[in-house]
Amino acid sequence: MNPVYRRRRMVNRTIMTASLLASAFGVIWLFLILLTLVTKGVPALSIDVFTERTRMSGGGLGNAILGSLIMTALATVGGTIIGIAAGTWLAEYGGRSRLANLIRFINDVLLSAPSIIIGLYIYAVVVLPMGHFSGWAGVAALMVIIIPVVIRSTEDMLLLVPNSLREAAASLGAHRWLIVLKVCYSGARAGIITGILLGCARISGETAPLLFTALNTNQWNFFNMGGEMPNLPMVLYQNMTINSFIPEQVALAWAGALILTAAVLILNILARVTSARSQK
Amino acid sequence: MTTGSSVTHKAAEGDRMQKLSASAQERAALKRNGIIDRAFELTTRGSALMVLLLLGTITGSLVLAGWPALSELGLSFFTEDRWAANVNRFGALPAIYGTLITSLIAIAIAIPVSLGIAIFLTEICPPKLRRTIGTMVELLAGVPSIIYGMWGMEVLAPFLQSHFPSVFPAGTGLTTAGLILAIMIIPFITAVTRDVMNTVPPIMRESAYGLGCTTWEVVRHVIFPSVKAGMLGGVILGLGRALGETMAVTFVIGNNLFLNATVTGQGTSIAALIANQFSEADGLQRSALLLLGLVLFLITFAVLALARFMLRRMEHRAP
Repeated sequence: MNPVYRRRRMVNRTIMTASLLASAFGVIWLFLILLTLVTKGVPALSIDVFTERTRMSGGGLGNAILGSLIMTALATVGGTIIGIAAGTWLAEYGGRSRLANLIRFINDVLLSAPSIIIGLYIYAVVVLPMGHFSGWAGVAALMVIIIPVVIRSTEDMLLLVPNSLREAAASLGAHRWLIVLKVCYSGARAGIITGILLGCARISGETAPLLFTALNTNQWNFFNMGGEMPNLPMVLYQNMTINSFIPEQVALAWAGALILTAAVLILNILARVTSARSQK
Repeated sequence: MTTGSSVTHKAAEGDRMQKLSASAQERAALKRNGIIDRAFELTTRGSALMVLLLLGTITGSLVLAGWPALSELGLSFFTEDRWAANVNRFGALPAIYGTLITSLIAIAIAIPVSLGIAIFLTEICPPKLRRTIGTMVELLAGVPSIIYGMWGMEVLAPFLQSHFPSVFPAGTGLTTAGLILAIMIIPFITAVTRDVMNTVPPIMRESAYGLGCTTWEVVRHVIFPSVKAGMLGGVILGLGRALGETMAVTFVIGNNLFLNATVTGQGTSIAALIANQFSEADGLQRSALLLLGLVLFLITFAVLALARFMLRRMEHRAP
């Protein structure tokens, strides 16, 4: 065989094997992490984990799960309203204007801004003036994180709606707001829902922005948004750091980690199913 | 005769105008819709402007809150080699050093791995498997960062400590944090790299194969040159993520508040330092931590802006 060809084939084989190994290396962590979560989390799971409140010894995660659900739900609803409205303006009215481009750029940067900065920001503008940590501050921090996600997916999905549909509706005499509401949104619905689900998955696992906003408490908090709000990520953080000398607390943290990861992954998979169905 | 015909003509004209022009009801509807139109545009525009307001208030509030520390500490904030709250010495150097080193380690590991995965996914993976592996990598990006931190502390650090005790005497440290960060940002860089590699038109690939290129030669000489900017954008995006990551790092970095200019030793990062100290801080310490937050925000803003700029250039190409 031609030596040049042999060398080229060798190089090709080597690189392709390396990229195969890289893929294995990249994917294996998911399994390792899931394996740890299952082996450490499942033994600690019980009904009490869901029904009892957090205590210094024993107890469960009930109040933390409820608090996380409340804050995530409120932040998702608020972020969805503002995010969809802003994304609509960018796609339908802003066009290629300088203002729209600037907003797009800033939004893209905020999309991956460090979440701890958002926590500090809400601390400075909400917690300091109010004088205490509160569920509202936590909701505000999570909202700041989800808004850019919703804006981006709303705009991208609205831009996929063909212009001929808008023109057809306009030629029938529909006004612009009606076109956006009836024609554009129904075309982009699946994509926007995907974006909201992904954003919801992201904020339900966020810990850093809650450190200085919602803080945490061992008590049940039923919709008292003005007070400190228990939440799952903060319980995990505290149980693994300041309470890590208590083995039961660490075990409980792993049960919580399993619940949290399962919830986030299910949301992610739901988002993917929604977008796959819309593409058919 | 002329006058008569003109009169009937006029009457017919008036009749037609009556039918064509809007009735009072229709005019009201037109007006109402016009108002709704304006209101709709103004509301959505207001929401879009909130993005600018957000950036302005984030920067403004951090500057305002960090100002007391900056005026009190001055330049020593950036030159002091320790963060010792008990003696009121606040030096950002250890945290900035730790942030940069952990991110660089993460990038150095993540670049070759992500490129490998992207090449595998776009060039050699059978189409059936492509979706599955792609989804798995994306799910890895969805795992909350605190889970990475817990896993790093309970699994990775003890593993490193028992298998490489000479390099990782404590298990935790800057390199351990870099490793965890690498695992976290691989999915981000992979996703961007794969997407930009998919924008290369199939005809370019096929003509290169037609000339007798091997897969690697196609990737190296046809695909890489045309998506260079996009790949670089993805890498910088990953860097931006790594710089600001808090929870995954806090657990495994060791939280040593003195400058330790090694690569494997224990240290701290800006985000980890803020997370550890902020809830118990007040006065000068709190202001110094907020100033530290501003430094982190400015660094990541610059990095992310660069990444977006490079990716924007790619987006103008049709896929």
